Amino acid sequence: MKQIYLDNNATTAVAPEVLEAMTPFLKELWGNPSSMHVFGGQVRRHVERARRQVADFIGADQPEIVFTSCGTESNNMAILGTMEAAAERMNFITTRVEHPAVLEPARKLKGLGFNVIELDVDSYGQIDLGQLKRYLGQGPALVSIMWANNETGVIFPIREIAEMVKGAGGIMHTDAVQAAGKIPIDLRGTKADLLSLSGHKLHAPKGVAALYIRRGTRVAPLIHGGHQEFGKRGGTENVPGIVALGKACELSADSISEEAARVAALRDRLQEGILKMCPDTRVNGDQTRRLPNTLNISFLYVEGESILYHLSDLGVAASSGSACTSGSLEPSHVIRAMGVPFIAAHGSIRFSLSRYNTGDDVDYVLEHLPPIIRKLRSISPFGRM
Amino acid sequence: MWEYTDKVLDHFRNPRNVGVIDNPDGSGEVGSMACGDALKLTFKLDANKRIAEAKFQTFGCASAIASSSALTEMIKGKTLEEAEKITNQDIADYLGGLPEQKMHCSVMGREALELAIHNYRTGDTSGKILEGRVICHCFGVTEEEITRVVRDNHLTGVEQVTNYCKAGGACGKCRDDIAAIIAKINGLGPKNEQPRPPRPGRALTTLQKIKLIEETLEKEVRPALRKDGGDIELIDVAGNDVFVALRGMCANCQVARFTLKDVVEARLKEFVSPDIVVKEAPP
Repeated sequence: MKQIYLDNNATTAVAPEVLEAMTPFLKELWGNPSSMHVFGGQVRRHVERARRQVADFIGADQPEIVFTSCGTESNNMAILGTMEAAAERMNFITTRVEHPAVLEPARKLKGLGFNVIELDVDSYGQIDLGQLKRYLGQGPALVSIMWANNETGVIFPIREIAEMVKGAGGIMHTDAVQAAGKIPIDLRGTKADLLSLSGHKLHAPKGVAALYIRRGTRVAPLIHGGHQEFGKRGGTENVPGIVALGKACELSADSISEEAARVAALRDRLQEGILKMCPDTRVNGDQTRRLPNTLNISFLYVEGESILYHLSDLGVAASSGSACTSGSLEPSHVIRAMGVPFIAAHGSIRFSLSRYNTGDDVDYVLEHLPPIIRKLRSISPFGRM
Repeated sequence: MWEYTDKVLDHFRNPRNVGVIDNPDGSGEVGSMACGDALKLTFKLDANKRIAEAKFQTFGCASAIASSSALTEMIKGKTLEEAEKITNQDIADYLGGLPEQKMHCSVMGREALELAIHNYRTGDTSGKILEGRVICHCFGVTEEEITRVVRDNHLTGVEQVTNYCKAGGACGKCRDDIAAIIAKINGLGPKNEQPRPPRPGRALTTLQKIKLIEETLEKEVRPALRKDGGDIELIDVAGNDVFVALRGMCANCQVARFTLKDVVEARLKEFVSPDIVVKEAPP
């Protein structure tokens, strides 16, 4: 059976070039980069080269990159580490549509008595910059706003937001886990102090990520127990993973603009095809400022998990913001925050493409999806054909 | 993906008895679009008052569709007296079991069946059998419905109740009420009320004050700190100055400094005396 992977915002396939680059570090080059002998020394160079590759990828300097184990760790470190290191107490401002890797540390801060503000989003998934400005006026703040949303692909105006935050004397963190590798990111033009990115979202393996810390930004370590990573993150380095992340960044940087355009064309064809062939369907989130690979679309009167199982039977992998898929009883907090009515929220499906998808993949989905929707609507008490 | 049995997947992929019977003898509708699943069940009786035909329409996940399909197969050929003995567990068993988090799909089937039989017997189309006190406002679940799933399925925990009838699954405000219902059914009675500590304003002897401070730290502060691997120790009390030391994970944490000032002091002001000032004991 055909296998079509359209769930690249969840995780991505390891690129063959990345696998090739990391393999020696699982075989002959297994030394500890901290060791004072040749086994370690020859490995250290590669860790530092990977650091440069990551730095180049986002327009940063090498010492501004700290390797971590996952995007969640990067976000936790950025938020909890900054609050711990801050000389004076700060407010924490974020949005209602962040990933749990930001919302959960925020909850922890709240429990500790910090003032935590979650900005609302409108029906397009965009925040009100005026509201942000008012909260910034309430005193020094750490602001954590994602570069792009994982569920809808909606891109926030991070450059403008960072200007506002820095202008108000705040510290700016952005969770760029979904944006990195999909759209160009250049910190020379954006005043963010902290930025998280993760390997497995851009064709490196799971278990490696990075936190960019602008020179001069104070962040307390989350993981204690070693001098590694400039004393900011203890623990022996995940050398194969770090080398892989470096290679994946280099690979992405080489072709990001062309790939973004190619993938966007495929995504748009998928979107238009579905809208044309399936009535009572709506696209969720801002379509003008959106990641090129993401389509979040709601099928009214049917439930997301049922759609996913039928798609899976046909070899198509996607995901849903429906309650049933997560085991929770409420649909996705992102979809709800945008005010999407329940009638559509339970039937939301996310298709997320990558550089490995082709026009054939899109054709296959367009051929097989409409009959699935028709079948489920024929079962549904709310359904219309 | 869920661990669905082959039978669940078969009934999901090839649902039996889909549709609506024209002029049915009984009809029952449960759930809503907002809740994420809904089921409409209709049946017709034959000359011997047995269910000759049953049809369903379902909006919901794979297990909701499978549970509905299974239900229609199970009730065909039965008298209403036989059919109404079917529990949600019977529906789950018919399918070879359902994941715990999906048991509410089987409950939805049982409820629709009850409603349809009620509709046949009384002509009532209100969609409700028992007007009861609504416990969970997010999903509109009444005390009777919770009682029923607890009894039928021998449930002992709030989380189980949520899995079986969704109550408590959204905002969570009703979770204490659900716990009380479970306790009542299982014969435990309501939990003893914790004696309230004396309110501020009363003159306390030093000894009483120390005891009250220790008690407040134990009940109001430690549980939260321990969740993060920390602890707090009372070192000394001098007048209204309370000296404490942070231990464990909290000992070197800058964030915990704020905890000390804000949370601990607020609690002690509330429960002991509004004049309390919390200070960190010198190392």
